[in-house]
Formats: sequence, structure tokens, C-alpha cells
Amino acid sequence: MSETWILLGASSAMARALARALARNGARLVLAGRDLDDLGRTAADAEMRGAARAVAVRFDARDPASFDAVLAAAGDGVVNAACFTGTMPPQDRIDADPALIDGTIADSLTGPARMLHLIAARIEAEGAGTIVGVGSVAGDRGRLGNYVYGAAKGGFAVYLSGLRNRLTRAGGHVVTVKPGFVDTAMTWGLPGMFLVAAPEAVARDILRAVARRRSVIYTPGFWRLIMLIIRAIPEPVFKKMKI
Amino acid sequence: MRWAEAEYAGWGRAVRATGRLARPERASALAAIMADAPAPAIGANRSYGDAALNDGGRAVLTTRLDRICGFDRDAGVIEAEAGVRLGDLLDAVAPHGWLPPVLPGTGHATLGGAVAMDVHGKNHHRDGSFGQHLDGLTLIQPGGTAVEVRPDTPLFAATVGGLGQTGAIERVRLRLTRTKGEVMIVTERRVPDWDAHLAALDGAAAPYTVGWIDATATGAALGRGIVEEGATGAGLVPPPRPARRVPLDAPGFALAPPVVRAFNAAYWRRVPASGRTVVRPLADFFFPLDRIGDWNRLYGRRGFHQFQCVVPTDRAPALRAMLEEVARSGLASPLAVLKRLGPGRAGTMSFPMEGWTLAVDLRNTPEAVRLAERLEAAAATAGGRIYLAKDALASGATIRAMYPAHAEWAAAADAADPDRTLVTDMVRRLGLRP
Ligand SMILES: Cc1cc2nc3c(=O)[nH]c(=O)nc-3n(C[C@H](O)[C@H](O)[C@H](O)COP(=O)(O)OP(=O)(O)OC[C@H]3O[C@@H](n4cnc5c(N)ncnc54)[C@H](O)[C@@H]3O)c2cc1C
Ligand SMILES: NC(=O)c1ccc[n+]([C@@H]2O[C@H](COP(=O)([O-])OP(=O)(O)OC[C@H]3O[C@@H](n4cnc5c(N)ncnc54)[C@H](OP(=O)(O)O)[C@@H]3O)[C@@H](O)[C@H]2O)c1
Repeated sequence: MSETWILLGASSAMARALARALARNGARLVLAGRDLDDLGRTAADAEMRGAARAVAVRFDARDPASFDAVLAAAGDGVVNAACFTGTMPPQDRIDADPALIDGTIADSLTGPARMLHLIAARIEAEGAGTIVGVGSVAGDRGRLGNYVYGAAKGGFAVYLSGLRNRLTRAGGHVVTVKPGFVDTAMTWGLPGMFLVAAPEAVARDILRAVARRRSVIYTPGFWRLIMLIIRAIPEPVFKKMKI
Repeated sequence: MRWAEAEYAGWGRAVRATGRLARPERASALAAIMADAPAPAIGANRSYGDAALNDGGRAVLTTRLDRICGFDRDAGVIEAEAGVRLGDLLDAVAPHGWLPPVLPGTGHATLGGAVAMDVHGKNHHRDGSFGQHLDGLTLIQPGGTAVEVRPDTPLFAATVGGLGQTGAIERVRLRLTRTKGEVMIVTERRVPDWDAHLAALDGAAAPYTVGWIDATATGAALGRGIVEEGATGAGLVPPPRPARRVPLDAPGFALAPPVVRAFNAAYWRRVPASGRTVVRPLADFFFPLDRIGDWNRLYGRRGFHQFQCVVPTDRAPALRAMLEEVARSGLASPLAVLKRLGPGRAGTMSFPMEGWTLAVDLRNTPEAVRLAERLEAAAATAGGRIYLAKDALASGATIRAMYPAHAEWAAAADAADPDRTLVTDMVRRLGLRP
């Protein structure tokens, strides 16, 4: 039986790469996001590459009224989900307009959490299913350059940790994915990028982590070490650093 | 849309550009760029020269627009985004019994690049050029409006082979051809000299034919080579041969004349005198060079040029004289190809004409540049033309004479792009939109 996957934020290059990989395994896909023209193309692409079925459905993390239809589109039975939604407005824009904080948190934390709560109930009912939540290394420590985005991602990681605690006892599983720099629309042209990973590599790492029921992965893996070091810097030193 | 400052180069790496690049991941982002800050679209930069460069300016990378967004598996028609690589398309449709109708020698080329150069394949003599297999395309013009372009319209003729000057190709609708299976049955025959080479290519009955030419052989052996004839077949796909990658720029002597001569002689003898028939995976046959990643680095930091021209059928002796000049110069690399072209072409600026085409790679040295100048003059005298997908050296006057309808095309490009936002280094160098 082919698996069913809901991809939230399916326009992301990482989600597109995951959709292709899942399509090759014959999965059923629900591609959720705001750009339905774009999602329709990914759906057609996935079907011709082997997906049993792929549908595009509207999902806006800031509009909870859109959430039920996303789960409904997955049909009955066991569902899995991977959440890629998030926005990263430049910190200086947020500093100038703090109202942007609400949206940033809604896109990366509260919206996804409410949606995943619906899916979690299904996983408990079925006694099976995996949720993949994409956080970020930015959530591991608040940095001058993006601490509101980091706060959303850090909060999301804590949410995922608790959700894992909950779903594990029901036969489900949660994988927290912390990418470093990935070559996507979000990072294209940003200064200071290094060791940028391909979206396809992130998708591969995600599928491997799902198969091995890993709890928290960094992708590429060397970011675990980098973040270990960054987290170890004492706050009195860190507060003066600009990294 | 954010723009990234980048240095980039044509495939030959002899010409480079720096400038700001955007890389939209969805159609709406491409449309927004064409509305706010129109710039030439570029594909995989598999053109050898400066066709896909805009030094000091901006350009729009289309490689992330890479989805096949419609497939009629009974009729064999696909609709796909311009950044889909032809090799990817081949892999996707072959299991369903279909093939892209025209494939150039690299699977990295994108659909957009294939349209904008109206590329030809090993079946050109039978099946014509890429643009002749289109059902239509979606073009986003400066200003951001998307237009559906149907074949047999003036805008279509200006866009196919049109060097990206009429707008950004966003999607194409392409008719595929049937394949008997997922392998190629290939017959390879040695040919001892020029006349035998032409005769073998002329007499070939297979849908796909191409001649590899030993451009170092002189005298009686001038023009010797291997003629490959291929047809699709059913059968078990042989395991792909391992892919390799050139890790760094090779030193200058790697392609020194004695090395190339020795390599070519061995390569020629690899095929038994009596010929042989082998079974190859489709991609191995269509894209033999893609098995070595970044092979352009073999030519070292200074890069290389490819000279490719076509001359009318009855001017084959002029082409022979050009080959003689190349062989005598000792500047050729192992990559030299002779092909029969048919009359098929779909755009005003398309390269193909009925005749013979010769392509030779030349390491980028001052002697090679002078040789290319002489070859350019010889091609012009023979009533031939130079392929813009390969060119970085030709003079504007020669090219404009070789493409007599270019003024008509330039007018169409100006109508589509009145502010000349899509001009590339090649279009500037050759004065194609005066
Ligand atoms: C190893 C090798 C073998 C080759 N063999 C052949 C062959 O057998 N036959 C043949 O015909 N050619 C051949 N070529 C040339 C190649 O097919 C062409 O140069 C082709 O255009 C490359 O496609 P690209 O996607 O890299 O385009 P680029 O090189 O990036 O761009 C080529 C042109 O297309 C325009 N363009 C690209 N995308 C778009 C778009 N979306 N909208 C509007 N304009 C666009 C660019 O502005 C530029 O003018 C070969 C090249 C190589 C490297
Ligand atoms: N790129 C990196 O280096 C990097 C590093 C670490 C973590 N990440 C995280 O990886 C994920 C994917 O990002 P990306 O790099 O691929 O960038 P991206 O292309 O911007 O992807 C973000 C996705 O989130 C969706 N989204 C944003 N707000 C939404 C909302 N309100 N409702 C529904 N969907 C919404 C977008 O969908 P629309 O089509 O609707 O806009 C888009 O598909 C993000 O969570 C990002 O934070 C990225």
C-alpha cells in the first residue's frame, strides 16, 4: 500500500524535492500551500513520475479556516505529514515594524502547530503515522541577525519535541529537521551564505531520518557540530558576538 | 526577488561575465521579474560562448522552473516548464514509450535553451529541428504579460532560435516521438577518409546518425572517423557505465597535439575494422559526454572554443578544405563531429540548412582564435553559416550576412522588447539588434 503524505508549504524547493522522491515510491500526495498554480504543477509532475495521486489544496498558516480541508484531502487511513512553512523577513524590517513579528510566528510556529494538531489526532486514532517538522539551526540560539525568526523556529522545535513525546505512545513518530543553509528562494542572494546544501540532499536526509525513526536531525549533518559549539559559547561572550 | 552577484561563463569558459542573477522558483516570480526588472533568461549555460551572458547587467536563471506540468501519455504531448533539462525529460518519458523528438549532445540543456537555439539532433536530416515539434509555448514578455505563442505566427518564428530576445519562455508544449524501448541499438563503422565518411553518412538509413571525426588525421587519412547509426530498440537496459567528474582545471599539456593524436588513433581503432553493433542506454547514446561531469575543465583555466558551421550540400569540398586547415594546425581536440543536416528549421534565426555541419573544439589560444577567423571566412565564402550556440569569436558583419533575415527578426525582437532589456553579450557583440 502506498503511503499518504501531506506536504505543508509544498512550494518550497525542499518540499518539491521531497515530493519527487516520494512520487518515485508511488506515494499519494497532498500538496498544501498558498500558490495553487505552483502546487498544481508540482502535482502533475509528481503524478507523471510515479505518485499514485497528487492533489493541490489551499493552506494558509494564518487562516485556520483552511486547515480542515487539508486533512480531508488526504482521505481516510494513515497519514504522514511534513511541514515546510515559514517566512524569514529581514530582522531590520521587523525592527522597524514590530507588527511583522505576529506574521512570522504565525507562519513558522502557531499556524503549523494548529494544523499539525489536527494531523496528530489522526495519527493517534490510526496508531501510526509520522510528522516531519522543519525547524532551523536559527532556532538553536537567538542571534542578532534573525532572532524573531529564530524564536519561531526555536518554539517550533520545542513544540515538535512535545508532540513526539505524545505521539510516540500512540505508535506515531515525529522527526525534527534542522537545516543549515539550503539553496532555496529564501537564501538566494543573501550575503554570508556558506556550505549551502542542495534541496535534494535535504529531502534525502529527511527520508532517511523517517525510515530510521530518528528524532532530531541536522541537515547537512555537520551543522550538529557547528551548533554544538555555538550553543556552548557562554552568554556573556555571545552577547558581544556578531555571527 | 533578490538578485545574487555572480561570475558565470559559457560552457567553453573562454568568455565570462559578472552580474546580478535572479533565480525564480515559480512562474509567478518569473512574471514579477519580467514586470519589474526584465532581463534575459538563461538556461543551463550549455551554450559555448556568450549567448547566455550579460556582463555587467542582470539575467534570470530558469533552472528551478523544472516541472513537467502536463503529460498526455496517449497522444505523446507534454507541457513543461522552460527549465526542465532534456535529459530529465528523456528519463521521465522513456518508460512510457516516448522520446523527446530532438536531443542535442547534452542532456543538461533546458527546454528554454533548446527553443531559443532551435537545436538539432542526430536525427535532424529526418526529423528537423526542435522548434518544428512544438505545439506552442508561453512567453512572458517585458512588462510581465504572458502570451500564448502558436506555431505559424511571426512571434513564434522570432522566438524559436531567437536567442531569448522576445521574452522569457515560461512553458513549452512539445510533441514527443515513439520509442520502441529504452535502449539504442548502435552500429559503429570505421571510415578511412573524407569521401568514405560522407558516403557512409549519406547512405545511412537509421533515424539517428553522426560521424566522429579524427581532426588530427592528415593526408590520405584526412576525414577518417567512426560513423554511428542508432535506432531505438526493446531490450534490457545495460547497466550505465560509471559517471566520472573532472575535479579541477587540467594543466595545459593535457590536450597537447601529441596526446590528442595518440588518443584519436586509439579511439578510431577501438571499433573493429569490420564494425560492430552494441546496445546502449538511451542517455549514453544521446549524451555521451555527460558521463564525464564538468569535462570542460579538461581545457584548463583559459577554456576553449567550439567552431561549428554548416555548408550547403554541394559545398562539401569547402568543408573538406576547412577540416584540412584544422588538421594541419594541430590545434584540434578529440571532440570533432560531422553531421548531415536536413532543411528543417522553425525560426527566422535558426541555424540549420540542408548540408553538412562540422564541429571542432579548439583550446583557447591565440593560434586557435586566428584559425577560427580563417574558418569563419571560409564558411562565409561557401555560403554557409556559423552556429550561434557555439560562437564567441565571429564578427557581426559575417554573422549578419550568414543570417540574411536577421533584420526582420531584429524588428520583431524590438517590438517585443522595445526598451532592449533582453540584450545579451552575444547580441551586443554581433550587433544583432542594431
Ligand atoms: C556537450 C554539448 C553538446 C551539444 N550538442 C548540440 C547538438 O548536438 N545540437 C545542438 O543544436 N546544440 C548542441 N549543443 C548546444 C546546446 O544545445 C545549446 O547551446 C542550448 O541552447 C543549451 O541550452 P541551455 O539551457 O544551456 O541554454 P543557455 O546556453 O543557457 O542559453 C542559450 C540561449 O537560450 C536563451 N534562453 C535560455 N532559456 C531561455 C528561456 N527560458 N527563455 C528565453 N530564452 C532562453 C538564452 O538567452 C540564450 O540566448 C551542445 C552543447 C554542449 C555543451
Ligand atoms: N533555506 C534555508 O537555508 C533554510 C534553513 C533552515 C530552515 N529553513 C526552513 O525551511 C523551510 C522551507 O524554506 P525554503 O528555504 O524552501 O524557503 P521558501 O521557498 O520561502 O519556503 C517557505 C514555504 O513556506 C510557505 N509559507 C510561508 N508562509 C505561509 C503561510 N502563511 N501559509 C502557508 N504557507 C506559507 C511558502 O508557501 P507560499 O507558496 O504560500 O508562499 C513556502 O512554500 C522554511 O520553514 C524555512 O524556514 C530554510
